[in-house]
Amino acid sequence: MASMRDIKRRKSSIQGTQQITKAMKLVSTVKLQRARASAERSKGYFTCMYDTVNSILQRVGHIDHKYLTSGASARKAVIVITANRGLAGGYNSNVIKLVTRHPQWRKEQLDIYCLGTKGRDAFVRNGYNVKECDTEIVESPLYKDAAALCGRLLESFAEGEIGEIWLAYTAFKNTVSHIPTLLRLLPVETTGEEGAGAVQESSAVMNFEPEDSEALDMLIPKYVTSLIYGALRESAASENGARMQAMDSATSNAEEIISDLTLKYNRARQGSITQELTEIIAGAEALG
Amino acid sequence: MADKNSFLLRIITPDRVFYEKQVNMVEFNTTEGEIGILPGHIPMTVIVKPGILIISEQEGDKKAALHSGFAEILPESVTILAEVIEWPGEIDGERAKSARERAEKRISGKAPNTDIAKAETALQRAMARIEVLK
Repeated sequence: MASMRDIKRRKSSIQGTQQITKAMKLVSTVKLQRARASAERSKGYFTCMYDTVNSILQRVGHIDHKYLTSGASARKAVIVITANRGLAGGYNSNVIKLVTRHPQWRKEQLDIYCLGTKGRDAFVRNGYNVKECDTEIVESPLYKDAAALCGRLLESFAEGEIGEIWLAYTAFKNTVSHIPTLLRLLPVETTGEEGAGAVQESSAVMNFEPEDSEALDMLIPKYVTSLIYGALRESAASENGARMQAMDSATSNAEEIISDLTLKYNRARQGSITQELTEIIAGAEALG
Repeated sequence: MADKNSFLLRIITPDRVFYEKQVNMVEFNTTEGEIGILPGHIPMTVIVKPGILIISEQEGDKKAALHSGFAEILPESVTILAEVIEWPGEIDGERAKSARERAEKRISGKAPNTDIAKAETALQRAMARIEVLK
């Protein structure tokens, strides 16, 4: 049996850890509330943009446009949104797995655009081609940063360097459920059952001012930017949610260990008292 | 509620829902020139250019500075997805004036590597802000 001193030392060390995890949980709870409020506020724009662009594309029918047809290149650009810090349960690894374990994708075909240090570390370690990495954007997502990234991606798409653009992020459903999601940004996906219904309802043809292709030239960058921006906002909320959960279970695990150690400590203490008593009594008897 | 003389106008920005109400008419600037939209418009998508947005409600007119985005126009509703839009109360008049001066200087300065298009957009934006404040 471990000595009383050892048990005491171990217990106080775990108490220290518990205090840290508890504090981290509180911090991420506050951050989650803030991130969630801003994610919800921007969600309207995000979904509205998605619906609008989809309905526009449904209405125009099939037109030949550079952003609607897959490029000649087999290369795929993947934007991966992870956190800058760990201790968030499976948050980072789930998103990364989405890319590394994709059945059809091969390592050599991918250009990774990393947002967040954790993702960059993992992809560099596994030998992926990490083309760009931005870590600050994850902390405080700004629309203009998303626009700049989108501009660079669209440029290489237009030049034919990449054929498809994908986005891997964590969708925030509610505080306890975060879903790693893979979304194809370009070429734009237009098929969908809801979309088909909408077309029948409003048979009117959508007019464009300026011309279709010119309007789409201006619309689609905005569309891609808003999707990236929305994904950043949702990921930030998911990150804090995941960290909150992870820290919550760490705190309760520490609680369990502490109560276990307290029991052991008390037993050891009782044992030593009993032993001392036995020794004293034995000594008194020997004298008498 | 919804009658023949009004339609639903929604203005959404990346950070919030800016405006959502039944209105009689809305006017703003597009790449093809200034347009005014009344209920029952044919479906159309237009790209926004910096300018003033005027909303005609039952109770009167409202103004805002609309800088970029696009609008989807349908017979019963208009959705403006604006990247940047401000109510008059949110505009810093002094900043807008100095921005206008800077942009004017850049355009007239004829420095060799001036991005004229960018300067012009900046000028339009500053003008829209100043115009709304009047």
